[in-house]
Amino acid sequence: MITLAIGLSIVLLLVILFLLFRIGTLASIFRGSTQRAAGTTKTSNKVNSILMLLFLIVGGAAFAWSFADAWDDMNQPIASVHGAWTDSLFWTTMIVIGIVFVITQILLFWYSYKYQHKDEKRAYYYPHNNKLEIVWTMIPAVVMALLVFAGWKTWTNITSAAPADSVVIEVMGKQFSWLVRYPGPDGKLGEANVHLIDATNEIGVDFSDPNSMDDFMPREIHVPKGKPVHLKIRSRDVIHSVFLPHFRVKMDAVPGMPTKFWFVPTKTTAEVRTETGNPDFNFELACTEICGRGHFAMRFILVVDEPEEYEEWLASQTPFIEQNPQLLTKFTQDSKDQVVLEKSTEEVKTEL
Amino acid sequence: MSSTDISLNKDVHHAHDEHDHHHDQNFFEKYIFSQDHKVIAKQFLFAGIFWGFIGGFLSIIFRLQLGWPEATFTFLEPIMGNWIVNGKIDPEFYLALVTMHGTIMVFFVLTAGLSGTFSNFLIPLQIGARDMASGFMNMLSFWVFFLASVIMFWSLFIETGPAGGGWTVYPPLSALPQAISGSGLGMTLWLISMALFIVSQLLGGVNYITTVINLRTRGMSMTKLPLTIWSFFLTAILGLLSFPVLLSAALLLIFDRSFGTSFFLSDIYIAGEALSNTGGSAILFQHLFWFLGHPEVYIVILPTFGIVSEVIATNARKPIFGYRAMIGSMLGIAVLSFVVWAHHMFVTGMNPFLGSVFMFLTLIIAVPSAVKVFNWIATLWRGNIRFTTAMMFAVAFVSLFISGGLTGIILGNSALDIQLHDTYFVIAHFHLVMGAAAFFGMFCGIYHWFPKMFGRMMDEKLGAVHFWLTFLSAYLVFMPMHYIGIAGFPRRYYSWTGFDAFNTFTDLNSFISIAAILGFSAQLIFLFNFVYSIFKGRRATANPWHSNTLEWTTPVNPGHGNWPGEIPAVYRWPYDYSKPGAPEDYIPQNVPFSQTQSSNLPYERDLE
Repeated sequence: MITLAIGLSIVLLLVILFLLFRIGTLASIFRGSTQRAAGTTKTSNKVNSILMLLFLIVGGAAFAWSFADAWDDMNQPIASVHGAWTDSLFWTTMIVIGIVFVITQILLFWYSYKYQHKDEKRAYYYPHNNKLEIVWTMIPAVVMALLVFAGWKTWTNITSAAPADSVVIEVMGKQFSWLVRYPGPDGKLGEANVHLIDATNEIGVDFSDPNSMDDFMPREIHVPKGKPVHLKIRSRDVIHSVFLPHFRVKMDAVPGMPTKFWFVPTKTTAEVRTETGNPDFNFELACTEICGRGHFAMRFILVVDEPEEYEEWLASQTPFIEQNPQLLTKFTQDSKDQVVLEKSTEEVKTEL
Repeated sequence: MSSTDISLNKDVHHAHDEHDHHHDQNFFEKYIFSQDHKVIAKQFLFAGIFWGFIGGFLSIIFRLQLGWPEATFTFLEPIMGNWIVNGKIDPEFYLALVTMHGTIMVFFVLTAGLSGTFSNFLIPLQIGARDMASGFMNMLSFWVFFLASVIMFWSLFIETGPAGGGWTVYPPLSALPQAISGSGLGMTLWLISMALFIVSQLLGGVNYITTVINLRTRGMSMTKLPLTIWSFFLTAILGLLSFPVLLSAALLLIFDRSFGTSFFLSDIYIAGEALSNTGGSAILFQHLFWFLGHPEVYIVILPTFGIVSEVIATNARKPIFGYRAMIGSMLGIAVLSFVVWAHHMFVTGMNPFLGSVFMFLTLIIAVPSAVKVFNWIATLWRGNIRFTTAMMFAVAFVSLFISGGLTGIILGNSALDIQLHDTYFVIAHFHLVMGAAAFFGMFCGIYHWFPKMFGRMMDEKLGAVHFWLTFLSAYLVFMPMHYIGIAGFPRRYYSWTGFDAFNTFTDLNSFISIAAILGFSAQLIFLFNFVYSIFKGRRATANPWHSNTLEWTTPVNPGHGNWPGEIPAVYRWPYDYSKPGAPEDYIPQNVPFSQTQSSNLPYERDLE
């Protein structure tokens, strides 16, 4: 019954709108405005050009207000060294383009309003001015050159080789969660292979490799404040992307192609909690490359500790293989076979 | 002036009429399998409008989810069937929605619907040709596109759903049906449809290029071409060079999916087993895809550059400012568009040095783009502006192009792209600069050339209402997305509430969704105006906008062959508006200088 009522009222509304439209059309025929060239009728031209001006003023004000209103929410806390560089470069660029934005939009709508059609007036025949063209080619070219230079310097710094004393962490994306591995006291990650993956050994670590014996896989990432962190990023199924919004870090996780990103955290989780006044604040790791059904739910926690706390945390971790000793049984047999296999392939290579 | 020409040629015209009657076409030849460029253009237009509504409707559904993530949408169950479970949209269906929205809008509406309509309609009419170089190929182009459309449309209704890996269909996600259900039959249909689509684009493109080069009327040198034709010409060249690369990527993906090759697959463990594929590169696909994908952006926007330039000059009653600079900047953009593709891939793990090179090349594009904007604004300066609906869309186009284009300077900077890549900042950027702007260019073209297409005028008042609602909602939808993007909200998220970092802006997201619904509803006004005006609109005159280009010298309803008599010759550039000394404020291209002695400039006296 209600659907019927809604349907009927929609039909009624459409009929009324259609009648209004017909009346408008007929009225314009009686007024004779249809006799004039399109776009030269006095009222519609005036109304539209005033609306253009209003759009500029009201729209501009609304934009400014909403921007200011959203300011706090759009600025995520920054917690890395390079994050401060990119944020300052971002806002500098925003100011540059903001100036261009304001000038061009004002001119566009102001001219639209000011030079609206008048019967007695005639447009100014002004086909070109090469000097002007050169000027407004050169100005953006110079500005772009400066921005490219600033961007290039920042980019080169960010993507430079990670320092040797970095904390190395392997992050592996999978549908739909993250797997994390630390190299343990020896500082070396053991070999891993996609064919060794099973329900327990989700990264496919090769436990016949001595380097993997002390590797551990925690349920959240811990990193020390002020020390470089080197993320070694991999994926085991489809492309994912490691995104740490507060550290301004993003790098794709590509199956078959390890990637990396390094950064220096500057604030501990506790510090940001006091800074934002939010006792539940956590640094989060999100996925930013479409990866399937659970793409929006690949959340992982990252904790920045003071260096001492970090050492304590490290000491409290037990190697993965100690937690899952049953895995070794599989490897003692497999690894012997593999060693033999690898040797034979090496021989083949040397022969070739 | 145009009418004098026609009456001069009256006797030739009779012979022609008889000739035409001889080949009386039946209904099928005339309206379905027509080889007439005007009919084909309308076919593309109708198809484009159809797809536009489908694509827009899909976006409304996913905007409902994003605006009200906690709500249940039981009322959608009758339309969506099993994709809505207990009123909740299935997350994979959500991904299919965004994928199909992107595919449909970029390829089926803004490539086929835009270039297909206006290149077909305007090239022969504006260069003074009877038809395209090959009418048959042109017809084939539409019908291959139609086939592609049918397959893509069909894929919306299959049980496993349409392709769902994003419109960029990156493998391995798009290669492995285990990864997402849309990568099953839906993806196969997507690939077949796109392969056909590319064939259609190539058939069309070859035709456009050949026609522009070979069939220009007497006197129509390249520097007397309207900017529309220049833009369609460059668009066709871009398409011809880049679409085959997408075809190759699609073919390799088909091999990987169906024949066990490993072009893009390596070291994958999925659904409980390790795959045997090894040695492939997932990034290779992205290089191939964006080698088309980036020129594609310009394939979408270049035609609208031409349309808008033409409409602004006509309605400001002024010559387009810097005609040669406009051509030069389009050439510059066209060339540069081929060497910037990797700016979509700054954070894929590509060599950082490559990132620097692509940042440099990308930011150069800002220069010709800026020149175009300055020239449009300079054209408005001291004009005598007629606010036809087309003109308002053209002015709004420039506004949207500025707003969206400027943020490209930020995203093209690899250092800044780290944080913003794949966030709503990108969504806001490209929807303004190539989504909304291109749509506005398309509306601008439809309103402007409707009288030539259908012999009737669209209603200007309804047009104004449509325009203002659309313009307002375009900004209301996409401006706030910048804020969400700066906060780092990732795109293609079914819901953000799972993250502490992204659980703000819920009100703003609802606001955006409401604005989107408003914008979509406003298109119904357009649809009504369009359909009603075809049958009942006010009858148009031969040259309702007092425009200079050749299409307005044809009769109100140009028949097969466009001009009943001889094709008019061209003597001047298309932008002689408000020339001092001329009696009218426009002088069509086919008026010789000998007839306009009062307004000729010193160097034109020699041409009298």
